[in-house]
Amino acid sequence: MRLGLIVNPVAGLGGRVGLKGTDGPEVVRRARRLGAVPEAPGRAQRALNALSPLRDQLLVLTYPGEMGEKMAQACGFRVELVGRLRGEESTAEDTQDAAQELLRRGVDLLLFCGGDGTARDIYAAVGTELVVVGIPAGVKMHSAVFAPTPERAGEVARRYLEGEIRAVVEAEVMDIDEKAFRRGEVHARLFGYLKAPRVRGGLQGAKVATPPSERYVQQAIAARVVEDMKPGVLYLIGPGTTTKAVLEALGLTGTLLGVDAIQDGKLQGADLSEGEILSFLNEGPAKAVVSPIGGQGHILGRGNQQLSPRVIRAAGGKRALVVLATPEKLATLRGRPLMVDTGDPALDEELSGYIAVITGYRERVIYRVTH
Amino acid sequence: MKGKLRRFHQARWDEPIIFQLSRPGERGLLVPEVEEGIRGEVGDVLSRIPPELRREDPPALPEMAQPRVYQHYLRLSQENLGRDLNVDVGQGTCTMKYNPPVNERFVSSPKLADLHPLQDEDTVQGILEIMHKLDLLLREISGMDRFTFQPGGGSHAIYTMACMVRAYFAEREEAERRDEIITTLFSHPSDAAAPRVKGYKVIMIYPDEEGFPDIEALKEAVSERTAALFITNPEDTGLFNPRVREFTEIVHQAGGLCCYDQANANGILGITRAKEAGFDMCFFNLHKTFASPHGCGGPGAGALGVTAELVPFLPVPLISCDEKTKRYFLDWDVPNTIGKVKDFYGVIPAVVRAYAWIMTLGAEGLREVAKVAVLNNNYLMREILRRVRGVRAPFHLERHRLEQVRYSWEELARDTGISTTDIQRRVADFGAHYWTSHEPWVVPEPMTLEPTESYSKEELDEYIAILEHIAREAYEDPETVKSAPHRSTVGKMADHSYFDDPRKWAMTWRAYLRKYTGYFQPRETGEGG
Repeated sequence: MRLGLIVNPVAGLGGRVGLKGTDGPEVVRRARRLGAVPEAPGRAQRALNALSPLRDQLLVLTYPGEMGEKMAQACGFRVELVGRLRGEESTAEDTQDAAQELLRRGVDLLLFCGGDGTARDIYAAVGTELVVVGIPAGVKMHSAVFAPTPERAGEVARRYLEGEIRAVVEAEVMDIDEKAFRRGEVHARLFGYLKAPRVRGGLQGAKVATPPSERYVQQAIAARVVEDMKPGVLYLIGPGTTTKAVLEALGLTGTLLGVDAIQDGKLQGADLSEGEILSFLNEGPAKAVVSPIGGQGHILGRGNQQLSPRVIRAAGGKRALVVLATPEKLATLRGRPLMVDTGDPALDEELSGYIAVITGYRERVIYRVTH
Repeated sequence: MKGKLRRFHQARWDEPIIFQLSRPGERGLLVPEVEEGIRGEVGDVLSRIPPELRREDPPALPEMAQPRVYQHYLRLSQENLGRDLNVDVGQGTCTMKYNPPVNERFVSSPKLADLHPLQDEDTVQGILEIMHKLDLLLREISGMDRFTFQPGGGSHAIYTMACMVRAYFAEREEAERRDEIITTLFSHPSDAAAPRVKGYKVIMIYPDEEGFPDIEALKEAVSERTAALFITNPEDTGLFNPRVREFTEIVHQAGGLCCYDQANANGILGITRAKEAGFDMCFFNLHKTFASPHGCGGPGAGALGVTAELVPFLPVPLISCDEKTKRYFLDWDVPNTIGKVKDFYGVIPAVVRAYAWIMTLGAEGLREVAKVAVLNNNYLMREILRRVRGVRAPFHLERHRLEQVRYSWEELARDTGISTTDIQRRVADFGAHYWTSHEPWVVPEPMTLEPTESYSKEELDEYIAILEHIAREAYEDPETVKSAPHRSTVGKMADHSYFDDPRKWAMTWRAYLRKYTGYFQPRETGEGG
């Protein structure tokens, strides 16, 4: 069996010294000056220890030194190096190089160690071509691809390699704008999806399993939305796999991460900006089809800022919102309400209260919304 | 000493499927040849059966001698768990109580067992009388005005209620408009599923911060499209919704009906009634609350009761009594009936056992059942929360529960990586049973325990000791828990993805052969299979 391993040795470096992230070489230098000590290598080693039962059957393909070689050797694995660093300090480009090379050489699973930034780099390099598991070591970890602890990451990897887990899911890759975050503003964005082993309860741990498969439930939800569509109404389809299923049900190709517009079963525009959406809205009635993101529960203001206050107001406010979520997704909120953060407090107030969330072909939930 | 751990090992027979035991030509009973005289008189009897009724191929049944069949099933029974053998408090929501074996004497008596469901009414007055009298008893217990015993279980009763809701609004010419059913997240999943099968849309009410169904969400949910409310109370959390009367009022004001899933009424028997809570219908699972065995998923009985206004919609026939002649009869005179929902009378042995159980206990006894069940549950909860590491009872930490509790091992899972399904397998090593929760798992790493009234303090202590021991193992020796079971007849499933793929399901031997021959061969191919 072949295991790909990529460790971002500087992941998490900024966290302990209050830098809220470690994106970019300047921040790494600043963090080091502030006395930060790398923790990612130790965390990667903890995950690898959980894989030790497979020591004899496993070949670890990785990058030199602290990017993987050192920890894999320390755990007694056979190691094959697939490249070398561009400079002295490991960077985002090195992560991407390594991931691309692993994809080219072929591995059964890619285990990586880092935070949201690392997940984005992996996603940029391999998309959904490889099955991955994230060892949590970053400051920001909004992405669903991380296991809750290094040990759990190793265990999930082992179970997947041994064939105990076969099903995979598409797990969200999220990140926030670090500069804004340092100013105290949170703007999380959905960057895409990585393929991860499907674990009962979710990779992140305390989540909920959906009986048949999340995909099937998404299709059921989409069937309901399509059946309820009215002629002449413009439907703005927000980002996410649940809303994407609506496009698929109509046989349309839109964008996974953008806002697409459809009318009478036809795609009117893809990946629209706020301005483009507003120009469409002058022409008649509209609905915005949205889905909460990750475990945070935002239906507006995270990853779909194109659906701005002006857009929502022009479409008709709360009545124009069509909210979709699988029961599994709702359960990840652990009873917390859905959130709106449009940037317009008056609109947020209007949208608060209760809203119907479509959770199946013949099922909806009346759920709390707050801001 | 509190709660002694048992040195247990389950019998393990490595017993094949009965079809694999089949040997061609082997017989359990040799039917004698027809005697010459008779043959001369009637000729070849088989040729008189019309061709369209004749099988061309013999049925694909196992061919076996009697002793081997007997041995086979006795072995399987030793590989089983249940109330008669173990502390069966781990199957929360199912009300696994003591089913007095004396009641089996009534149901296996030839007086009942030899009856035919098509016998003339005059020759089955006894059983009709029992059904009528159980109807009267359940009316008293629930406050409803009439019961039917046709539904064969809880979900069937919920489906029957949905049929009656549809019929009720069809009669008022509102059936098309009223196409929505409201239920709650911690009601039984069938309260959503069965109406959906009937074509209803379902609106789900989630719990508020305290764990009760969110009444403000209910107010948002009702409309002129509301057909009915389908809920349990107490819910699966063991919390009794004290505002249930307001719930039924809100739904009634919107013109909807209120249907009460009382499959499990063990915590409220003789204490609260469906009528006073404002419900129009309710049902009891006789195989839960009223001490009839579950029979591994059947045969059971969902005794369904309704208020006078809804009697005209009940399934036919009802059992009525002619006041003058005191004669019982099958009453087909139900003007707006939804028709029959089950063949013949329903599952009569469950009716007889429930009747016997109620008559043994009397009104005071029934109330005591509820009180002891609630006491047992609260003792169990207090001791578990005190003594067992890593477990919590989400929602309302300070409150008592009714008959059951849905616990969460989230903390233990986070600390140790041991999940509730690991614990489930490990519990089997101590000769006990354990259940998690319905899907989806809203409570993370769930465990649902329901001790009922029929366990002693010693037995509850034993179960607590098992959990205490396993939780300690999870922290100190997690491998033992992960690799469990070690002393049971069941095994650890390596790949759960089979559950997701209907192409891999094999509910029958025939399906197994069709789907798996050539994939992995059965141990031994039965020629008769």
